[in-house]
Amino acid sequence: MATAEADMYVTINFEETELRLGLPGPTVPPPPLGSRTGAAGKRGFSETVDLKLNLSPSAKMDGCDPHGAAIKTANNACSNNDPAKPPAKAQVVGWPPIRSFRKNVMAVQKSSNDAQPSKKPAAATTTATPPPPAAFVKVSMDGAPYLRKVDLKLYNSYSDLSESLGKMFSSFTIGNCGPNGMKDFMSESKLVDILNGSEYVPSYEDKDGDWMLVGDVPWEMFVESCKRLRIMKGSEAIGLAPRAVEKCKSRS
Amino acid sequence: HLFIHSISIFQAVLIILHLSPFGSLLFSPFSSHLSSSSPIPHRERESFDSESLLSPFPQISSSGGISAMDRSPKRRSISPDDATRFPDEVLERVLALLDSPKDRSAVSLVCRDWYSAESWSRRHVFIGNCYSVSPEIVARRFPRIRSVTLKGKPRFSDFNLVPDNWGADVHSWLLVFASEYPFLEELRLKRMRVTDESLEFLALNFPNFRALSLLSCDGFSTGGLASVATHCKNLTELDIQENGIDDFGGEWLSCFPDNFNTLEVLNFSHLNTDVNPDVLERLVSRCRSLKVLKVNRSISLDCLQRLLVSAPQLTELGAGSFSQELTPRQHADLEHAFGLCKNLSVLTGLWEATAMNLSAVYPACSRLSFLNLSYTALQSQELASLLPHCPCLRRLWVLDSVGDKGLEAVGANCPSLEEIRVFPADPFDEDMINAVTESGIVAVSQGCPKLHYILYFCRQMTNAAVATVVRNCPDFTHFRLCIMNPGQPDHTTNQPMDEAFGSVVKTCKKLQRLSVSGLLTDLTFKYIGKYAKNMETLSVAFAGSSDLGMQYVMEGCSKLRKLEIRDCPFGNAALLSGLEKYESMRSLWMSACNVTMNGCRVLAREMPRLNVEVMKEEGSDDCKADKVYVYRTVAGPRRDAPPSVLTVSSL
Repeated sequence: MATAEADMYVTINFEETELRLGLPGPTVPPPPLGSRTGAAGKRGFSETVDLKLNLSPSAKMDGCDPHGAAIKTANNACSNNDPAKPPAKAQVVGWPPIRSFRKNVMAVQKSSNDAQPSKKPAAATTTATPPPPAAFVKVSMDGAPYLRKVDLKLYNSYSDLSESLGKMFSSFTIGNCGPNGMKDFMSESKLVDILNGSEYVPSYEDKDGDWMLVGDVPWEMFVESCKRLRIMKGSEAIGLAPRAVEKCKSRS
Repeated sequence: HLFIHSISIFQAVLIILHLSPFGSLLFSPFSSHLSSSSPIPHRERESFDSESLLSPFPQISSSGGISAMDRSPKRRSISPDDATRFPDEVLERVLALLDSPKDRSAVSLVCRDWYSAESWSRRHVFIGNCYSVSPEIVARRFPRIRSVTLKGKPRFSDFNLVPDNWGADVHSWLLVFASEYPFLEELRLKRMRVTDESLEFLALNFPNFRALSLLSCDGFSTGGLASVATHCKNLTELDIQENGIDDFGGEWLSCFPDNFNTLEVLNFSHLNTDVNPDVLERLVSRCRSLKVLKVNRSISLDCLQRLLVSAPQLTELGAGSFSQELTPRQHADLEHAFGLCKNLSVLTGLWEATAMNLSAVYPACSRLSFLNLSYTALQSQELASLLPHCPCLRRLWVLDSVGDKGLEAVGANCPSLEEIRVFPADPFDEDMINAVTESGIVAVSQGCPKLHYILYFCRQMTNAAVATVVRNCPDFTHFRLCIMNPGQPDHTTNQPMDEAFGSVVKTCKKLQRLSVSGLLTDLTFKYIGKYAKNMETLSVAFAGSSDLGMQYVMEGCSKLRKLEIRDCPFGNAALLSGLEKYESMRSLWMSACNVTMNGCRVLAREMPRLNVEVMKEEGSDDCKADKVYVYRTVAGPRRDAPPSVLTVSSL
């Protein structure tokens, strides 16, 4: 038992100094022992949390060991009666057993069916065309160990997007975003900081395969043309910066 | 000489009997292997397991070493003393006409000569688990292969239960094939890792390559497809389905040379980016033998209409998103185009099809045998309007948005229906009204007595309903019921669903595949072990009360080949109850059960010809075996396992 306690003790200490990605501020409660931490393995379509359910009435742990007793029981996330559903629905990994390409399609269908009235004559001018599918793009950050994916359709502006990306990659900060969101980012003084290599710069690959600086075009146009995002080190963005500087000059 | 395309093993034996005095001695063992002679269509080939590579050959030593029989089969010359011997060349000629892998496996066990002749005449090999054998062993065993089907990751990788870097990379196979099978023509992969580098290697090293099919594979991008299009001069089939790939644009389609015209099958329905419609139209009009065309969502209805006009010979169509606003003129044109397609038997795609647009397909539906509506959330009325146009329907896939009423329409309009799959439109929406219930499936079973395949996702079910369904349709071969809330009982009686599955296994003698769900005790498994004597595949989740459950199955199900279990209270005793069984199975998967590392070690020690692999999860205890994957192999432990996959040895 001594080893068990020692192990626990070591674990607790480790958590205090654990490096994590996330905004500074009040810490989110650490994940329970035994559940998946970090981004090991794929996520399903919705953010999923691994839960182990003990549902059979007489389910027993095959006597494993003391500190192994932490096979978590689900916090009723799957129960229909639970009034306090967490905002991001906690679900069991890989359940129900549906392939991920079916899940994406369903989400699109739902939104397009909600928007569409049931019967319309073909000549009607007011029928909404089904909205285009969700615009998932990969987001990579130089130096980060894994990529993320975001659905650009969920955001309404550059500042929404930057806030969300900021949460995902804590060392990525846009700095002051005025009413124009990322456009302010490109004031000359900021760029100088970039060129010193001290900042991260969001860039994206557009439909033509070119890498562009985020923030140049109106938001809707950006969503249409963005294929993937890359948050690059300022020092690498030098090739992109001159265009932006020129733009700033022409604007001011 | 023999000009027949393919023959049954019975006919092969008859021919040989006429020509050999030995024939009469060999005749009797084959009476149990009579089979039909029709060539196996591509889809069904996959359900056969090639036992040749792993059959209980008496000479294979317990250490898994290669026996004398596995050496490259020698060709024997005919000597005058061998007047009573049967000439190899004729034997090979006859055996070459056998198609069925099961027949071929039987043939190879007769005697050394037949083993050798069968090996030389085999053209297609099916490998259900890429780690059960090595490419070198395959090449030695079958020197003249032209077509390979390979499956890799365990099925639960489809549901994110297997780490990304698990393995099943095809490249090492391609390297061996390049030297041993340079004339390889066909490669069909399922759940394998395929990189662009591998696709380029394939395209450049196999001059006769004709058919590539990738199902649920990952690791490649459209760049890899570009290599294939550019270099495979004789390509007849390019079938890219349900894969996790990087989409860098549709330029790959433009890589087919201008004079390229041999394509018969083109499926890019799950690629997300735009392809150039002009390029597609030109390609389709050049390829006069094109039979299967499944386009992705970027193809507009205008383009689709032109494609159909230029390729009315299509037998299978994936119709893209089908979501454009059509003027009456356009609608009429589209309808006319569909009317030209007299041979259409499969219709799929239709991602955002509206009821209005869907009516354009009616003229092509009269011979439709498979309709896949599982991407479009139709309502019951819409389905009810469509079905009367499809009198020959044998297979139907829908979303549960059609509701019980939609399924009643199925029962009323589809007397020939053999297979139905109902997928959930929104699996995580627990407030979903109008989803299907037990009434829906009962209605289908009442109207469709030929039903033998069902996949049904629902939120409620009763024991009585299931009993009614199997009473109406006793010929089920595949019964997959998914009650989406884990551990949910019969909603009218609050009892476990044991009796439901009991009635399935008692009534359906031909049952090959079963997936269970709902609240289940060990009694379900007692029934399964006792009655499911033909069952080959069983999937279990959140079920059972104790080790007994799994023990019943391991002891009773003599034909079991694949067993996948998650989140059940089965521990080491259960695992070890199958000790004698695992070598006759393809694989066992157990995750989030109660198996420990010690249990795995005992298994590995007792059964050295199994690979016992454990995937540990972060933060779990040292002694728990979180995910266990056990499979028979003649290739020894994996050499390419990532750090997260431990091969358990007996040490």
